[in-house]
Amino acid sequence: MAQEITLGQLRNWLILYADRIIAEEEQLTRLDTAIGDADHGVNMRRGMEKVRERLLDPENHYADVGTLFRSVAMTLISAVGGAAGPLYGTFFLRAATSPNSGSRVDLSQFTRMLRFGLDGLQQRGKAYVDDKTMVDAIQPAVEAMEAALASQQSWAVALAAAKQAARLGMEHTIEIRANKGRASYLGDRSIGHQDPGATSAYLLFETAVAALSTSAPLKVNGQEPAAASPRSVPTQAGKQKNTD
Amino acid sequence: MHSFVNKPGDPITRSLVGMAACYPDLLRVHFNPDFVQRAQPGRAGKVAVISGSGSGHEPLPTGYVGLGMLDAACPGPIFTSPTPDQLLAATHAVEQGAGVVYIVKNYAGAVFNSDICVEELSREDICVRKVLVHDDVAIPEKANRRGLGAAPLVMRIAGAAAEEGRSLEQVVAVSERAAENARSMGFATNIETLPRSLHALPLDDHTIELGVGIHGEPGVEQQVDGIIEIVQRLMQPIVDDLPYRSRDRVVLLVSGLGGTPPLELFLFFQHIHEFLQERGILVERCLVGNYLTSLGRGGCTVTLLRLDAELLGLWDAPVHTPTLHW
Repeated sequence: MAQEITLGQLRNWLILYADRIIAEEEQLTRLDTAIGDADHGVNMRRGMEKVRERLLDPENHYADVGTLFRSVAMTLISAVGGAAGPLYGTFFLRAATSPNSGSRVDLSQFTRMLRFGLDGLQQRGKAYVDDKTMVDAIQPAVEAMEAALASQQSWAVALAAAKQAARLGMEHTIEIRANKGRASYLGDRSIGHQDPGATSAYLLFETAVAALSTSAPLKVNGQEPAAASPRSVPTQAGKQKNTD
Repeated sequence: MHSFVNKPGDPITRSLVGMAACYPDLLRVHFNPDFVQRAQPGRAGKVAVISGSGSGHEPLPTGYVGLGMLDAACPGPIFTSPTPDQLLAATHAVEQGAGVVYIVKNYAGAVFNSDICVEELSREDICVRKVLVHDDVAIPEKANRRGLGAAPLVMRIAGAAAEEGRSLEQVVAVSERAAENARSMGFATNIETLPRSLHALPLDDHTIELGVGIHGEPGVEQQVDGIIEIVQRLMQPIVDDLPYRSRDRVVLLVSGLGGTPPLELFLFFQHIHEFLQERGILVERCLVGNYLTSLGRGGCTVTLLRLDAELLGLWDAPVHTPTLHW
């Protein structure tokens, strides 16, 4: 029988992601300053603080994975603004509609949720790989998950592959010219800078490895999940200190 | 002292309170979610015209609420489009059953957030149509062009058409025609003044950023030249793009980005006016001042709107907002 992860682990993943985004606010803003309008960090922090607050509120109970993701989606849509709010919001909203809304998911169901999310994201944003957007991190990661699933790999292997693919996709955005979003207004001047959206999207997969790889749930009981992941976002190919 | 603003996000609420206090007969401000609506609601059965925009572009969008323009406006955080809950609340507050037009500047965030609202409201049988403003000729690919000075001009046309009692389809059609006949381009001098803006590197005394938007971003290129050359480099792409021809009648908008004094705007305007006259383009109406800003950035955007008799009639119809009134 396929190994499953619990609703609690997914919740912990999202809290961990919120903590990473909050910790990386300045870095995301710095990336957005070079080629955008210097607000990706502040907008994502505003949204993820709200998400964190809601997930940690003991009053909130989530009956199933769909409800959990929908709650995250609606929080992001109403709190982030800009382009990132509706894009991340649509990603989680569509992931929530994937037909597996129990309180546990196996790797196949989780992968399908991410695929649903990616499809929704692309319908909303009309962006494709190499447009220099969050899709450049998410699509290769989802494809890596699908490949791992097809060869019957474990959660740990699949998530590690997704993280690696997301990282390569994120780093690849340095080399390419933006075709979508505000960075596209710069034309060739957008080359040489890492995309902030791809960076915040990479963190989704980085934190997934920490929160979901093992069936022993990461201890996140309303506090301290940030301590599990103190690293900073790698910003240039070959420069990061913590390669896996 | 450099600015009255201590931190981003903080000034918007207080600024809205100030605006409402200044124009009690024109505006009502609603908080949580934030939007501004007319003090005197539009006539029953009128198509509602709404626009959202990041803050920092004042008087856009809140200064255009009133008779003959917007029924409601939603200000987002600085340079960040408002969220769907703002647009939904504003829509519910002002729609009259005749349909709603959203005037949307073509930025990813503005488009996505209004799309979410259009989908949501269609489930409530409220018909919302989006009119996209994308007039910036500095961006080569048309579908990707930013909305600049055409935004207030299209709001004016849409608002006038709605005020006349036209149907939703008619308001959308004439607003889209206005959007299709408008072209803009901007340049920036010094960097901005607010704490949020870490953006472009400071420019030396002889350099401008050419082809900038309204979010403190660098332009598509830098240009080192005097005013005659700047006017040439700015106006030629605008005129060539539509193109605007001899005998064409236009509205000319020269909007400061917030940090250039009116004295300099008129100086600049004079050169632009000459440029157009030399080409036989007939400037029927003009606006010079801060109509669409980028906080306190230096520089301006220039917009031309080609008129036909119908558009000119709508332009001249009565308007009563904090910013435009005749």
